[in-house]
Amino acid sequence: MNDLLGVVDWSRAQFALTAMYHWLFVPLTIGLSVIVAIMESIYVRTGDTKWKGITKFWMSLFGINFACGVATGIILEFEFGTNWSNYSWFVGDIFGAPLAIEGIVAFFMEATFVAVMFFGWNKVSRRFHLAATWLTAIGVSLSALWILVANAWMQNPVGMAFDPEQMRNVMDNFTEVAFNSVAMNKFFHAVFSGWVLAAVFVIGVSSWLLWRKRNVEAARKSLKIASWFGVASMVMTLWTGDGSAVEVARVQPMKLAAMEGLYDGQVGQSLVAVGFVNPDKKPGDDLESILFEMSIPYGLSILANHNPNTFVPGINDLIAGRTITAEGDTIYGDSYADRIAMGKAAREALTRYAEAKSAGNEAAMNKAKQEVLDNFKYFGYGYLDNAEQAVPPVALTFYAFRVMVMAGGYLLLLFVALLFVCYRRTAVLEKPWLHWLGIISIPVVWICSQAGWVVAEVGRQPWVIQDLMPTRAAISDITTGSVQLTFWIFAVLFTMLLAAEISIMLRYIARTSKNNIEQPE
Amino acid sequence: MTELELLQAYWWLIIAVLGAALVFLLFVQGGQSMLYCHQGNENRQLMVNSLGRKWELTFTTLVVFGGAFFASFPLFYSTSFGGAYWLWMLILLSFVLQAVSYEFRRKRGNLYGTRTYDIFLMFNGLFGCVLLGVAVGMMFFGAEFTISKTNILDPGAPVISQWSSTRGLEAIIDWKNLLLGFAVFFLARTQAALYFINNIDADNSFDKALRKKVLVNGAVFAVFFVGFLIVLMLAGGVRQVAAGQFTEVNNIYFDNLITMWPLAIVLLLGVVMVLYGIIRSAFCNKFRKGIWFSGAGSVLVVIVLILIAGYEGTAYYRSTLDVGSSLTIANSSSSLFTLKTMSYVSILVPFVLAYIWYVWRKMNATPISAEELNKEPHQY
Repeated sequence: MNDLLGVVDWSRAQFALTAMYHWLFVPLTIGLSVIVAIMESIYVRTGDTKWKGITKFWMSLFGINFACGVATGIILEFEFGTNWSNYSWFVGDIFGAPLAIEGIVAFFMEATFVAVMFFGWNKVSRRFHLAATWLTAIGVSLSALWILVANAWMQNPVGMAFDPEQMRNVMDNFTEVAFNSVAMNKFFHAVFSGWVLAAVFVIGVSSWLLWRKRNVEAARKSLKIASWFGVASMVMTLWTGDGSAVEVARVQPMKLAAMEGLYDGQVGQSLVAVGFVNPDKKPGDDLESILFEMSIPYGLSILANHNPNTFVPGINDLIAGRTITAEGDTIYGDSYADRIAMGKAAREALTRYAEAKSAGNEAAMNKAKQEVLDNFKYFGYGYLDNAEQAVPPVALTFYAFRVMVMAGGYLLLLFVALLFVCYRRTAVLEKPWLHWLGIISIPVVWICSQAGWVVAEVGRQPWVIQDLMPTRAAISDITTGSVQLTFWIFAVLFTMLLAAEISIMLRYIARTSKNNIEQPE
Repeated sequence: MTELELLQAYWWLIIAVLGAALVFLLFVQGGQSMLYCHQGNENRQLMVNSLGRKWELTFTTLVVFGGAFFASFPLFYSTSFGGAYWLWMLILLSFVLQAVSYEFRRKRGNLYGTRTYDIFLMFNGLFGCVLLGVAVGMMFFGAEFTISKTNILDPGAPVISQWSSTRGLEAIIDWKNLLLGFAVFFLARTQAALYFINNIDADNSFDKALRKKVLVNGAVFAVFFVGFLIVLMLAGGVRQVAAGQFTEVNNIYFDNLITMWPLAIVLLLGVVMVLYGIIRSAFCNKFRKGIWFSGAGSVLVVIVLILIAGYEGTAYYRSTLDVGSSLTIANSSSSLFTLKTMSYVSILVPFVLAYIWYVWRKMNATPISAEELNKEPHQY
């Protein structure tokens, strides 16, 4: 059992490591591909070769980053098999399909047209080249779509049924899997946040050029485009973020409670704007959950339900199965103790089903099957020993949520301010403080982006598939030592690659900006 | 044949086609393994840049091959990747190193120097090919695993598939797997030389060197391939006769070839095409299209090999520890619904192939030359 937990923890650590490294590179690829396509469109439309030069400058940075995204991505796909082999069998019938579609529809499009983007300037027509650039951007977004459909399905498993015969889940409705509301919100939220990140990247680099007084015209043009792109993307990110909150409240209320550090919910629940989580707080005790708190009245009820007078359950409420109706009545549904009992009942019934099958006793099989299906919605709880194990790490989820929201708010202000400066106060564009504001915003947007994924993935623990499979039941038959070793190999390797990418980018920007980047080579 | 059986066969064919495309595209890895003989000269730059414009296709095909296996035969994905942990991790590691090396190798500020990235490329060129061959070899010669789906009901040890304690390393030292691994490696090198002949505007001496490489690597490949084919035709295997029931069969792959005799003809045709591509390129100095004959031939051969591994109820992943755990396309596939849904998606495959072909033709209309490279700002 100890080795089992060691493998689970190290497998989680390895997946978190590779996913977080992957997400350092991918959002820049998603956003920069669109920005580059917009710039090239201006070049093709106006025939102004200065835009060709600017396009090539940003395209080179896109290429450097693209390679690292590809390198870290391959590990993620295969880790589902290498480290989560039980998961791959239990839901592979559903989960594998989006991954295969991602490959067929998106990866080939990216791989084919990205070569035209880089090497096709003198080999294909201007319009064909522009089409290739847009197709690369579309391919990148399509890739994000299908992997996020897969991820969203883990958070909201729909369109499937359990097959006791094969002891796995099978898909029975592809439309529900592909177009469930969690997936759509997640896709647009992730893609638009990638656009925001790329916009800040362009702003940061352009600010550096302005600070060094190099390629000032090109930097101003890039800054203007990035600011517009950033404002539009941030508004869309906020909109889809709001949609995501509603979906989380609906399908993962425990995650929402953890995001807020909320143990005992109420009607008209406030939202913690600033606060510190009490590290000693446990479900069911009398300690304060938040040690210092500045709240927005009704905020959480509005965020979760778009209605200030609704009840939002806390961790204790969810464990007890308690909710308060619109009429103000307290009612009790399935408590976590009930869920654990039902999960164990499903597991025991499945054992009886397997025994009856071996004995060829069809009547017993049918009886056991019905019992499995009656209790299956809480199948995963059968692996838990107590309700507390179903509570995600509260402090990490709470702080990550606040970091994401605060950084997002700052970035929105930055975009609006830059647009104002670009059109109304152009003299401010020469101020060093503005340049430094742009430069230091680069790490801010990455922290914001990573924090978003921490909320999404840490907040859903202990589930690898919501309510159906905890991480501890999803693993492979490997030793802790093996996973530790691969964890450190990837940690060292990806850190080396990240260092190389940053170094190459800095050298490229510094060197290229000494020449006129509006003059294409 | 039921609808489910038909779709299982169809998806096995798709897997075969993807696997065959991957083997063909491994010419990129084959080319990378040659870089050590061209230290610091212009030809090395031509080779790297010629390969650098295609590496993503190989990489993507590998990813799609994995994704398609996951979607259509998830029990294989679960068993093989989770079990042969170290084998797959080494393969993945080599491809991670490859993915950054083209873009970074000559960029200023790359921290580790061009030589390091070239070593990464050579590592991927050698180990990527050989280990992929070893992984596929297990589909013919078996692997040390057991499967018990009821394990999932045990919270203390829930993993359904168990593997030998060496976690895939044992497959790497199995001579039969290595036979295939080295056949794949030398085929990749042969096809790389053929690709260079087709894609690089080489001077006389370089062209001559490439044609010599075709001959030498082609001959070594032929030795390994014939050896593999003999071992394969003599190898036994297991066939599923009813749900959960297997019977051992001698010379099962030979038997399958005879039963599905059109495949034997295709195999022969493939071999002839590969040999034609190699021999004519080696001895006829004007002939530049050898890659297409050899490539198409190798695709046909690999398709046939994968089909005879899985059709006729053959266990394509035989357990050497427990015959009952062996995987067939019938007992390891996705559900009817998923296979059907994925089949609609597979209609897109010809369109994907069409645009890849179109772009390839457009980008390769003229061979890459030193002159072109000098004008190209984006170089590897």
